[in-house]
Amino acid sequence: MSFFIETLVGGLLAGVMYSLVAIGFVLVFKASGVFNFAQGSMVLCAALTFVTMRDKGIDFWLAAPITLTVMVLIAIAVERVVLRPLVNRPQITLFMATLGVSFVIEGLAQIVMGASVHELDLGIVDTPIEIGGVQVSQFDLVAAGTAGILVVALSIFFNKTRVGIALRAIADDPQAALSIGIRLQTLWQIVWGVAGFVSLVAGLLWGARQGVQFALTLVVLKALPVLIIGGFTSITGAIVGGLIVGAGDSLAEIYLGSLLGGSVSTWFAYVLAVAFLLIRPAGLFGEAPIERI
Amino acid sequence: MSLWKQKRIVSKAVGLAALALSAAVGTSVSAEEAKTQYFPLATFRVGAYASSGIPVWAGEIDYFRYINEVEGGINGIKLVWDECETNWEVEKGVECYERVKAGKNGSPVPIFLPHGDPISKALTEKSVADKIPLVTIAYGRTEAIDGRVFPYSFPVVFSFWSEASSAVNFIAEKVGGKDKLKGLKIATVYHDSPYGKETQVPLAHLAKTYGFEDIQIPVPHPGNEQSAQWAKIRQLKPDWVFLRGWGVMTPVAIKTAAKVGFPVDHIIGGIWSGSEEDVRPAGAVGKGYLAITPFPAGANFEIHQKLKKYILDKGLSDLKDPKSFGSVYYNSGVDEAIVAVEAIRTAQAHFGVRPINGEEAQWGLEHLDLSEKRLAEIGATGLQQPLKLSAKDHEGGGAGKVLQWDGEKWNVVSNGWVKSDRDLLLPLIYERAAAYAREKGITPRDATN
Repeated sequence: MSFFIETLVGGLLAGVMYSLVAIGFVLVFKASGVFNFAQGSMVLCAALTFVTMRDKGIDFWLAAPITLTVMVLIAIAVERVVLRPLVNRPQITLFMATLGVSFVIEGLAQIVMGASVHELDLGIVDTPIEIGGVQVSQFDLVAAGTAGILVVALSIFFNKTRVGIALRAIADDPQAALSIGIRLQTLWQIVWGVAGFVSLVAGLLWGARQGVQFALTLVVLKALPVLIIGGFTSITGAIVGGLIVGAGDSLAEIYLGSLLGGSVSTWFAYVLAVAFLLIRPAGLFGEAPIERI
Repeated sequence: MSLWKQKRIVSKAVGLAALALSAAVGTSVSAEEAKTQYFPLATFRVGAYASSGIPVWAGEIDYFRYINEVEGGINGIKLVWDECETNWEVEKGVECYERVKAGKNGSPVPIFLPHGDPISKALTEKSVADKIPLVTIAYGRTEAIDGRVFPYSFPVVFSFWSEASSAVNFIAEKVGGKDKLKGLKIATVYHDSPYGKETQVPLAHLAKTYGFEDIQIPVPHPGNEQSAQWAKIRQLKPDWVFLRGWGVMTPVAIKTAAKVGFPVDHIIGGIWSGSEEDVRPAGAVGKGYLAITPFPAGANFEIHQKLKKYILDKGLSDLKDPKSFGSVYYNSGVDEAIVAVEAIRTAQAHFGVRPINGEEAQWGLEHLDLSEKRLAEIGATGLQQPLKLSAKDHEGGGAGKVLQWDGEKWNVVSNGWVKSDRDLLLPLIYERAAAYAREKGITPRDATN
């Protein structure tokens, strides 16, 4: 039984790491209805910028704000150069544009900062501790705590600040929001900037776990089922979706994988996601679009 | 004749003369370049695996430059090369092969280096049709060791089967002999891909022979989350873990092993889990990690001193990061270049000193004899294992050294080269090659030729 609990806890904590990436997708989708394919590249770019500065001897507390500034500048550039000219185009056009942005960011980041693998030490101890006979990773606990703080901060931002409420207004009805003087361009820059901040947090934690390397872009593969399950418009959904995917993956790998004689976690999360699409297409916490006909 | 007509005639004449001159120059350039030996390099300098590849091409190109600059080429035939970016993707690798297989400026392709296990497998039959040998050091199809069935595939030096067997033999060395393997639990944590599964058959056979328990645990690509796999390790409590990863899978495995409290000095990484790029991102918990490799790290080999003096110190190196000089991947590039150059040299001794084509290079490879004496002449003693190839044996070596990471660098901890049980495994390999021949309708060559 303790092995089952340990696997479950390990999976839940791993799921939180996926949630961190998924939150970045939710932010952009919530404010603009755009599925930002470039989120994985932003995670790589943030981590690579940060670790490059650390390698040059820049202090952690200086490297972090500089990286954030770089991410905000990228956000402004993406809005100015790519999104602004495409306003009012179909969603698929915007999606394809973010696909292009993704490759540009990946390519430029590697040209400017190189393709080497970097170690990233955040000073978080990664030895296991025992809680009630169950081994838990200290690093994963810190990651879970960070995700919790992010969720609270972003909830306050979206629900209690003028900018957050304006963002929600744009997401609900862009035409109505524009008619009352909300500046779409500025808000898009803000939301992409916040997505850049989330990318930095996710990039640091994932980078510390696996090293800062190109493979960071691949973490989005698991963020997609998280989004489908949790809903594309809910930050809470991203967390719950992450927990379901993480726990489901771990348990399936142990108990189903041995029965099938191979690894199942590549596709098991997508089986869960398809099941949710059939039962609850908007996800657990997503808002189903209601339109007057 | 009007002035205008005269001008037209003069301009046409000048044009024709220019065309004739350029054609003549072009012909003479082709003739001149045909005195060179062309080596197309399939590289991946961008994409997910670029960090692994970049030091390899540096080692390879530096050695080629050394041959040109110091030795004046292979018996005077200078080497030329160009790169084709594959991104480590099969389609692009095949496209590169198709683009370069006809040679360049009259210089034929003697050997194609696919630099990617899936690419090499996709090219197996094409290479036979085109008579261009594929040299796949420490990767590629293991049964291609049987050159009677696979005349143009050369998994030279250290196949995946030899890798598995050498790892088991190193464990035997540590526990006090092969008889002590009985009852041990050896878990293989592998990349869930054809590459990762390649060692399942030999390990099952070795487990049956020596009496250890063979546990197989797959990790899905890319391997950036392994908590379930290492929870299983914690539950099964193996004595040793054999880690066959690629890319991000290795540092994540080392870190996750530390999280569940598995001792890192009882993890033996395979060939592609044993570079500085694999272990550095794992940080402090990687200290003590072991890896088996045919490319021992180090910059103190004699050939490195020559490379430093004639190439690096003169600013001719392809290496951007000087820290990588003597790294596992850099040395793998040097090893690969040595094998390629020596195969050309062998072919030249037989066919004459001139650029060698694929068919001749295949002969050169099958008669390659890198003896201790020859390795000493090159300055590669200890870096490259002695190997002798033949039509029946396209591997030749079959041994690896075990390295241990001390937090800063690799140190050799095995007693020299750890040999694999090739005598035990070769019959199985030949059986698989014969099955392949039956499936594809291939009539195996006569090995006595």
